[in-house]
Amino acid sequence: MSFLSYLISGISLGSIYAIIALGYTMVYGIARMLNFAHGDIIMVGGFAIFTVVSTLGMAPLLGIVTAAAVCTILGVTIEFVAYRPLRGASSLAVLITAIGVSYLLQNLALLIFGSNARQFTSVVTMPGLKLAEGRLSISGETIVTILVCIVIMAGLTAFINKTRIGQAMLAVSEDRGAAALMGINVNRTIAITFAIGSALAAVAGALLCSTYPSLTPYTGSMPGIKAFVAAVFGGIGSIPGALLGGVILGVVENLSKAYISSQLSDAIVFSLLIVILLVRPTGILGKKINEKV
Amino acid sequence: MKKLFTLGLTAAMVASLTACGSGSGTADTTAAAGGETSAAGAEAPAAGGEAAEGETFKIGVIGPLTGPAAAYGIAVQNGADLAVKEINAAGGVNGFMLESNAQDDEHDAQKSVNAYNTLKDWGAQVIVGSTTSDPCIAVAAESSNDNMFQITPSGSAVECVAPDNVFRVCFADPDQGTASAVYIGEHKLATKVAVIYDSSTTYSSGIREAFVKEAGNQGLEIVADEAFTADNATDFSVQLDKAKEAGAELVFLPVYYQEASVILKQASDKDFAPIFFGCDGMDGILTVKNFDTSLAEGLMLLTPFSTTEESSKAFTEAYVAAYGIEPNQFAADSYDAVYAIRAAIEKSGVAVDADYSTVCEAFKTAMTEISIDGLTGAGMTWNAAGEPDKAPKAVKIVNGVYEMQ
Repeated sequence: MSFLSYLISGISLGSIYAIIALGYTMVYGIARMLNFAHGDIIMVGGFAIFTVVSTLGMAPLLGIVTAAAVCTILGVTIEFVAYRPLRGASSLAVLITAIGVSYLLQNLALLIFGSNARQFTSVVTMPGLKLAEGRLSISGETIVTILVCIVIMAGLTAFINKTRIGQAMLAVSEDRGAAALMGINVNRTIAITFAIGSALAAVAGALLCSTYPSLTPYTGSMPGIKAFVAAVFGGIGSIPGALLGGVILGVVENLSKAYISSQLSDAIVFSLLIVILLVRPTGILGKKINEKV
Repeated sequence: MKKLFTLGLTAAMVASLTACGSGSGTADTTAAAGGETSAAGAEAPAAGGEAAEGETFKIGVIGPLTGPAAAYGIAVQNGADLAVKEINAAGGVNGFMLESNAQDDEHDAQKSVNAYNTLKDWGAQVIVGSTTSDPCIAVAAESSNDNMFQITPSGSAVECVAPDNVFRVCFADPDQGTASAVYIGEHKLATKVAVIYDSSTTYSSGIREAFVKEAGNQGLEIVADEAFTADNATDFSVQLDKAKEAGAELVFLPVYYQEASVILKQASDKDFAPIFFGCDGMDGILTVKNFDTSLAEGLMLLTPFSTTEESSKAFTEAYVAAYGIEPNQFAADSYDAVYAIRAAIEKSGVAVDADYSTVCEAFKTAMTEISIDGLTGAGMTWNAAGEPDKAPKAVKIVNGVYEMQ
C-alpha cells in the first residue's frame, strides 16, 4: 500500500517535470537552443498567481489565466530581445545568454518580492481521494496534475500534427532553411513556440506550487534542471519522450527517497541520467541525429 | 638590457599596485568610520584602545541591519540599545555610563570584519556580536588576535566561541538537540519519534546528530530519520509518509521555519497529526506570508524567549514602546548580553577607560563567576569555554500565539 502511495506521488511529481520538460523540448526541437531561463518563467508564473489569488483575492482560475498571459508575454519578449539577435551566433553564445536571462529573472524577483518564502495557496479545490480504508490517500493536487499532464500531451500532439502552425513547427525543426524557402515565417514560428512553452510553464508553476506550497525567487531553478534532465532522458526534441522522461524521473526520485536514502535521491536520479546517456546518447525516444557537415 | 628593463617595469608596476591597494584601503576605512557613526566623530585613536571621551564604556554591536537577515540584526541592535538606556537611566555601572554603537555586516563575513574594525577605531572596549554564525566566526578570529572581549547574542555554530575571548548567550546548535531530547523525554511527550532534517546545513544536521545521540538515553525510539537538502526543500511527502507509517507520535524538526511551514502543510494534507517539535529556527513560523497559522496549532518549539512569559512583560512593553514591534529572541539575547557585560564590569571592577585588552583579560575570569537572571533564562552562568548554562524553555502555539510550557 505504501509502495502505491510512493508510486502515485512519484507519477504526480513526474507529471510536473513532464510539463516543464515540454517547454525545453519544444524550444530545443525548433530553435535548437537550450532555454535555461525556462525554470524561472515557472517561478514568474507562480508569483503572478500568488499576486492575483492571494494578494488581490481573485478566483484561482483567473490567476492561472493571468499567469499564462504574463508568462507568454515574458517568453516572447525574452525571445525577441535576447535570443532573436543571436539567431546566427554560435550555440554557446545563446546558451550563455539563456543562463544570463535566468539569473536576471531570479534577481528581479528577489528585488521585487524579497527572499522570504511565501506559502502558496493551492489553486486546486478538488478534495482528495481516500482508498483502502484510508490507508491510501491521494490528494486532489496529485489527481489534477496527472490529468492536466495527459490533456496537455494529447492536445499538443494534436496541435502539432493537425494544424498549419504545428506543421510549420515540424518543418522548421526538420530544416530551417528549407522551411523558409517554402514560405514559412521562421521567426514567427519560433516566437509561437516560445509562447506555447511559456504558457505551459505558467501551468506547471500553478501545479508545482500547489503541490509543494513554497514560493521563493529560486522555486523554479531546481525543478527546471530536473525537467531538463527529464527532457534529455526521454530524448530532447521529442514530445512523448518528455512525458516518459518526466514520469520515470519522478518515480525514480520518489522510490529512491523511500527505499534507498532520502539524502541520496538526487544523486541517484542524476547517475541514472549518466547511465542512460552512455547507453543511448540521444535519450530513450530520441532520434539519431545526423550532423550535416 | 631588455631583461633589466622588463624587471624594472615589473617592479614599478608592483609598487604602484601596492600603493593603490593600501591607498584605497585607508580611504574605505575612513569613509566607513566617518559616514556611519556620527558618535565616532573625528577622534578615533586606533590601536591604543583608550576610550575617546573617557566618560563612557563603549560597546560595539555587529549584525545585519540591511539585507535578508536584517530582522535579526535590527533586533540585536534594539535589544542592546534598550539595555544600555535602562542601565544608564538607573545610574550606570560603577559610576560610569555605557554607550553602544551598531554597525551593519549584511550577514556577510567580510563585511562583519570591516564592521569590527570600524568599531575598534571608534574605541569599542567590548563587542556584542556578530549576530549570525558565519560572520561571528570571522570576527572571532580577529577579536582573538586583538584580545578584544566578544559576546555573541545568537551565533549558535559550535566554532563561534572557539577562541577563549568569545562567549555566547544562545545555546550552541548541538546543545539544542540534546536539550530537545531531554525535554521530550522528561515531559513524556512521545516514545516513537521521527526526525526530518536538512542535511545540507550545519545548523540542522548538528542539532539532529546531538538529538539522536541523546534520544537513546531518554528512552526515545527513533522510528524514522529522514533528510532533505536545500535543493529539494519543497517536497516532504515521502519523508512524512515514512514517519506516518512508522507510527511516529512526535516529529522532531530541527529546521528553519520556511521549510517547516511546508512540512506542516503537507502533513495536514496527509491527515498526519503527530506532535511537531522544533528548535529556535522554528521561531518566525507565524510570520510566513500567507501561511495558514491554524496548521501550526499545537506545534512546540524550544526557544529561549517568549513575550508571553511573566518575566519578559516589562521588557516587551518597553521594547514595543521604543521600536513599535514585538521583540523576538534575538532582541532578548542581545539585551541579556549587555546585562552580562554590566555584571562582568561590576564583578571585575574594570575602569571606564581601560583598554580593550585589559577589559578582555578581566572579563574572561569575571564571566565565569557571574550569574544573571536574564530574559532567556534565570540564573544564567557561563563556563570558561564561553557556553551558557541555562534551562531550556519550550513554548506551544495555542490559538496562534506562543504559550509558555
